[in-house]
Amino acid sequence: MHAVEVNRIVKSYADKVAVDDLSFSVAQNEIFGLIGPNGAGKTTTIRMMMDIIKPDFGQIAIFGEKLSESSKNKLGYLPEERGLYRKLRVIDSIIYLASLKGMEKHSAEVKADELLNKTGMLSNKNKKIEDLSRGMSQIIQFIVTIIHDPELVILDEPFSGLDPVNTELLKQMLLDLRNQGKAVILSTHQMNQVEELCDRILMINNGHAVLYGNLKEIKTKYRSNSIIIDFEGELGQVLGVTEKRTHKGYVKLILDGNTTPKQVLERLVSTGIVINRFEVAMPSLNEIFLKVVGKNHE
Amino acid sequence: MNKTLLIFRHEFLHTIKRTGFIILTLALPVLALLGIGVFQIVSEINKPPTEVIRIGYVDEAGGFDQFTTQGNITLVRFDTPEAATQALNKKDIKEYFIIPPDFISTGIISRYTAQRELTLPAATTAVIKNFIVSNLLAGKVPMNTIAKVEAPLNLVTTTLTSTGAVAPQQGGFGNFIIPGIFSLLLMFAIIFSSIYVLQSLSEEKENRLMEILLSSVSTRQLLTGKVLGLGAAGLVQVIVWVISFPLLLKLASSSIGGIISTIQLPASFLVFGVVYFILGFSVFAVLSASVAAISPTVQEAQGLSSIYTLFAIAPFWFLSLILLFPNNPVWVVFSIFPFTAPVLVMLRLGLTGVPVWQLIVSIAVLSLSIVGGMLLAAKLLRTYILMYGKRPNFKEIIGNVKRG
Repeated sequence: MHAVEVNRIVKSYADKVAVDDLSFSVAQNEIFGLIGPNGAGKTTTIRMMMDIIKPDFGQIAIFGEKLSESSKNKLGYLPEERGLYRKLRVIDSIIYLASLKGMEKHSAEVKADELLNKTGMLSNKNKKIEDLSRGMSQIIQFIVTIIHDPELVILDEPFSGLDPVNTELLKQMLLDLRNQGKAVILSTHQMNQVEELCDRILMINNGHAVLYGNLKEIKTKYRSNSIIIDFEGELGQVLGVTEKRTHKGYVKLILDGNTTPKQVLERLVSTGIVINRFEVAMPSLNEIFLKVVGKNHE
Repeated sequence: MNKTLLIFRHEFLHTIKRTGFIILTLALPVLALLGIGVFQIVSEINKPPTEVIRIGYVDEAGGFDQFTTQGNITLVRFDTPEAATQALNKKDIKEYFIIPPDFISTGIISRYTAQRELTLPAATTAVIKNFIVSNLLAGKVPMNTIAKVEAPLNLVTTTLTSTGAVAPQQGGFGNFIIPGIFSLLLMFAIIFSSIYVLQSLSEEKENRLMEILLSSVSTRQLLTGKVLGLGAAGLVQVIVWVISFPLLLKLASSSIGGIISTIQLPASFLVFGVVYFILGFSVFAVLSASVAAISPTVQEAQGLSSIYTLFAIAPFWFLSLILLFPNNPVWVVFSIFPFTAPVLVMLRLGLTGVPVWQLIVSIAVLSLSIVGGMLLAAKLLRTYILMYGKRPNFKEIIGNVKRG
C-alpha cells in the first residue's frame, strides 16, 4: 500500500489555477522530493494532502483511505509557514502539540527529552520559545513534527533558515526516518538537497507535473553525451569528441552521437596519457529543471 | 483525551495564567473598593454643615416676623437694605432678601448674596418659601394646616400583580442597582472574553501556528475548543466578580447606606444572567473568530473588533432613555437583535421585567445567530486562516464563502 496516492487533483483560486491535473504516489520507505520553483503549486498540493484545503477535483488517499481525524495522527507535518507559541516554554509547546497528535503526556515528555538530547537542545527545554534563535525554533518544530512517530512525514522547505550544522543534523534525521520505513515527502526549491536525499521526485511548474520518477533514472535520461576527465600529458584530437571544455581541475569532453564513453576511454588510454579521473557527466537537477522548464530558476 | 477537550484545557489554562487576565480580573473589585473609598472621603468633606446658617431679610411689606428658625437656618431681620448689606460684607449673614411693600400683589422677592451660583440653592428656596407661607397664614388657619401646606403629601406606591396581590418586586432604584451592575459586568465579561478569542486566533495566525494545528485537528474542533476554553476563562472572571460583590456591597452599604439596603434580587435574574452570558459570549466569540480569520495581524483584528463591541456597550449609552421608557418598541427590537440583546435584556429585567414572548424570541434569535455564526466562522477560518498579507474586502469574502 502506498503512503500517498494522489489522483488527478485540481485546485483553482479566483485568479489562477494553482494545481492542474496532478497525479503521483509516494511509497513507504522512501524520501520523495516534491520540487519546483516558488509558486509552482507545491504548498497547495501539500495542504490538499493534509486536508487543510479541499481539491476542486480529484482524490487523495493517505495509507489507502481519505484523511480522517484519527489518521491525522499518523502524519507529521512541518509547514513552510511555521511558528510556535512564543510565550510558552519549549517543553510545554512540544507536549501540547504532541497531545493533539494523540500522545499521552508522559510518553511525550520522555520522547521530547530524547529528541531534545539528540538535537543538542536539552539545555533549552525550559526556555520560552521567544528566547530561542530562529534556527533553534526550527529544530523544535522538527521535533514537534516527528515526536509522535508518524508513518508519513511531510516537510515543506525544512532547510530554509538553518545553519550548515543543523542542516546536516536534519538531513541525517531524515535518512534515519527513511531507514525506519517511514515515508518522507520533502518539498523544496533547493535542488541540491533533493539530489542528496531523495529516491524519487515529482517536479512541478505552474501547477503541472513536468518530471516524475526515480531520481537516478531521470538523471540518466537527461544526461548529455559527455565525460569528465582529469589527466596528465598532452590531449590531442580524440576520435568521436566534438568539443573540449576546460574547467578548473577537469576537462569536459562532448561526444558525438555515435560514440560511447567506453570507446573514448579506450582511445584515451591508447594515447598514453595518465588519467586521474574519468566519469560520465551527469546533469544536476537544476540543469534538468532549466532544460525542462526553460526558464532561469534557481 | 478528545482533541476538542485538549484545546479547551490548553486555552483555559493558558488564558487564566496570563498576567493581563489576572490584572483585569482583580481590577474590577479593586476599582470598586477605590470607588467606595473615594465616596467616603468626598462625603466626609461635603458633610452637611451642622452650624447655624444666618440669612438676613428686610421686611418692607410688614407682618413677616414669625417662624424665623427653619432647621439649622436662622432668619435675621434688618431694618434697611444698607444694614443687611453691611452685615453681608462683614460675613455676619450668608445672604439676605428683601420683601418689598408690593410683595402681596407682585410676589417678587429680591435676594442678595456674595457668592456666584450656578442655580438657586434648593435649601434656601425651601426656607424662604416656608417662611413666607407660614407668616402669611399665621393666625388665619390652624398650625396643622400650615404644616400640611408646607408638606402637602407623602405618596406611598404599591405595585400589584395581576391577581391583585402585592408584587414581590416593588421596583425603584434599589431594585435596579444590582441588575444594572450585573449588566455592566456582563458587558465587560462578554467584551473581554470575545477579545481573548480574537487575540488567541489572530496570534496563532500571525505566529504561523495555524497550519500546524490544522494538521492535527479540524477547524470545527479548533473553534469549539477555543470558544469553550476562553468562555470558561471569562466565566471564571465573572465568578470572581460575583463573589467579591456581596463583600463590596456590605462595605458600600455601611458607608453609602440608604438605597443599597433596599436592594432586592429575584432568583430568576441569576438564571437569566447565566443564560445571557453564555449566549452573549458565544455570539461575540464566533464573530471574533470570523474577524480573526480574515485579519492578517492581531492589531488589525482588534481594530475591527472595536466596531462590533460597541453593540455590547450601546445599551449603556442610552441608559437614561431606557430608564425613562423601558418598554419602548425600540428597546424591544434591540432586545431581539443578537448583539445588543444580552446586556439590554438584563437591564430591562431589572427595571420592569420583560414579557415572556420577548425572552423566548430573543433567546431563539441568539441561538440561531450562534449556530449560523459558527458555520460562517469555520468556513472563513478554513478559507482565510492560511492567507497572509492584505485583508480581503467584503466582496471577496462573500465570493469565497459562496464558493465554499
